[in-house]
Amino acid sequence: MPATKRKMNTKTAHAPIFEFEKIPSGIKGLDDITRGGLPKGRPSLVSGGPGCGKTLFAMEFIARGITEYGDPGVFIAFEEKTDDLKKNFKSMGFDLDDLVNRKKLVLDHITVERSEIEETGEYDLEGLFIRLGSMIDEVGAKRVAIDTLEALFSGFTNEAILRSELRRLFLWLKDRGVTAVVTGERGDRTITKYGLEEYVADCVITLDHRVTNQIATRRLRIVKYRGSIHGTDEYPFLISNDGISVLPITSMSLTHIASDERISTGIPKLDTMLGAKGFYRGSSILVSGQAGTGKTSISATFVDAACRRNEKCLFFIFEESESQLIRNMKSIGMDLEPWVKKGMLRFHAVRPTAYSLEMHLSTMLKLIDEFKPTVLAVDPISNLYPIGDDIQVRSMLMRLIDYAKSLQITGLFTNLTNDAETGMYSLEPTEMHVSSLMDVWLILKNIEGNGERNRIFSIIKSRGMAHSNQLREFVLSDRGIQLRDLYKGTEGVLFGSARMAQESREAGERIRRNEETARKKRELEAKKTVMENEISLIRAKFAREEDEIKVLIGQDVSRQKASENVMKEIAVQRKVDK
Amino acid sequence: MAASKSMKKKVSSKAIEPGDVTAEYEAALENRKTEHYVLRLYIAGNNLRSQVAVENVKKICDEYLKDRYDLEVIDIYQDRTKNPVDLILAAPTLIRKLPLPLRRVIGDMTRKEKVLVGLDLISRV
Repeated sequence: MPATKRKMNTKTAHAPIFEFEKIPSGIKGLDDITRGGLPKGRPSLVSGGPGCGKTLFAMEFIARGITEYGDPGVFIAFEEKTDDLKKNFKSMGFDLDDLVNRKKLVLDHITVERSEIEETGEYDLEGLFIRLGSMIDEVGAKRVAIDTLEALFSGFTNEAILRSELRRLFLWLKDRGVTAVVTGERGDRTITKYGLEEYVADCVITLDHRVTNQIATRRLRIVKYRGSIHGTDEYPFLISNDGISVLPITSMSLTHIASDERISTGIPKLDTMLGAKGFYRGSSILVSGQAGTGKTSISATFVDAACRRNEKCLFFIFEESESQLIRNMKSIGMDLEPWVKKGMLRFHAVRPTAYSLEMHLSTMLKLIDEFKPTVLAVDPISNLYPIGDDIQVRSMLMRLIDYAKSLQITGLFTNLTNDAETGMYSLEPTEMHVSSLMDVWLILKNIEGNGERNRIFSIIKSRGMAHSNQLREFVLSDRGIQLRDLYKGTEGVLFGSARMAQESREAGERIRRNEETARKKRELEAKKTVMENEISLIRAKFAREEDEIKVLIGQDVSRQKASENVMKEIAVQRKVDK
Repeated sequence: MAASKSMKKKVSSKAIEPGDVTAEYEAALENRKTEHYVLRLYIAGNNLRSQVAVENVKKICDEYLKDRYDLEVIDIYQDRTKNPVDLILAAPTLIRKLPLPLRRVIGDMTRKEKVLVGLDLISRV
């Protein structure tokens, strides 16, 4: 048996567990969950309520199968007319007419009018199978979609026949060796209306569209997948203008490469605090703080610095409009407008409640793909909490961060906290959750005292680098952000105007001390002058005395000489012997 | 057939008023008695069900449409060209091509009244 032998070989060579062949579904993200796609050559059932995306699922499976994987397909619509389908999918970028003309697609609409049909005894749906068969043969289809079962079977009343024909349909599809997607409506309590389809299909996927807190979320779940391991969670999915995309929020792995490159924060003093170099490229940064502590300014500064380095930035803002943010940043001496005009900076301003968390995520990922930024800022992530619970927001952020990291994008996220009453490092549980995703965590805090409120800044953590443990005073001025050292001296730790007052007091003290020293110096100088004067007086006096003495000595010598001369003359006169 | 006879009397005794749908229907039903029928029976292969269906249809035609019908029996396995036109899903399917409108009857035609209703040969009521 050479066939089994080959199978054995591949088994040992590739995967230790045998899994049957799969084909890519063409639906973004689904193949990650199913580990490869839908079961090849077998029927899969997609069930769900109205408007949950069944037809789209089926059509994407067929259309992308043709355009991306080169598998010809057959699409049988029992609900929508072919013209409507063509129109609907044209807006999603599928030219069904073209595919039909190229003999890649058979698009068929079958109407089943129950009122026209009189049932007079036993029958089967052989006609459908034959029709289906000839369509498959027409283009050599590898993929078949039937949308929807209910519309087909609603034309018939005999349930016993329907059930057996339903089973036969799935078996027939399997016999033909086509990979099929059959859509069906959800039953009241069961996955499907007849409670049978899910047992005959090899793979069952349910689509769900539910509304929580007025926000609709679509979810997809793989109920069963014969012979394969699959993700069992409910995965949020989106329908955007390029089709369905499933977000496997839990299937991301930690495999991104860490960069050694460092990038500036835009605040020189903060760079100094972070080992004089700034953030690692590709790291994620959390800036949390109370209202009005300067979170947006920090993000804007970071973005501005990146633009100055000629890097592209994407700025998601959930609180302000683009022009409002630009105007506000001008007040701290920063003009972001030129960057926007140069195409270095793109804003995406939207209210978080505009759509669901998943939609936000997908929009963000799509924008990242389009714009290809190296720096990304989200201001603030806390605004996402009204539309999702802790776990949802966290998993959404995790996916965003993982995605950014995989592309070496540095991400800065701000978070609004309201722990006004508690101490400097007390944390909200939500913040705890998010912070573990972050590589760097900066905290801003308002501190009240002396009838004023001051901003205090500190680094809570910064993975993989030496960083300052010092608190800094965070000052917003018309020249941007400044981090000032706190006053630490005999008066304790002071900040704000107290720090300034203390500093000016100290400055006064210093001036006074300086003056004192100068005075002493002058005094010394004067004493020196006096001393030198005295010295010169003594010298002068000495010189005078010296002169006098010298004169006297001179007189003595000449007097002696004179007397000697006199003695000589006397001797000469006395004719003394020589 | 007592019911249809009494209806016939009713219809003939009364002139049809415009907009009287019931009366129009009754009149149309009356016309059926003389109109020529073109029928097409689709079967899937030569199995027992197909045979029963063919026999039943023939019996009904001979009884109700004597000398005024054409019946074409098509095996959808043999002749695939006509299937797309008539959109056959179920087999057997009997289609009344003429008189219009198109009528469809599915099953092995064992329930005679249903077949007659489907072909407008007796009243639906």
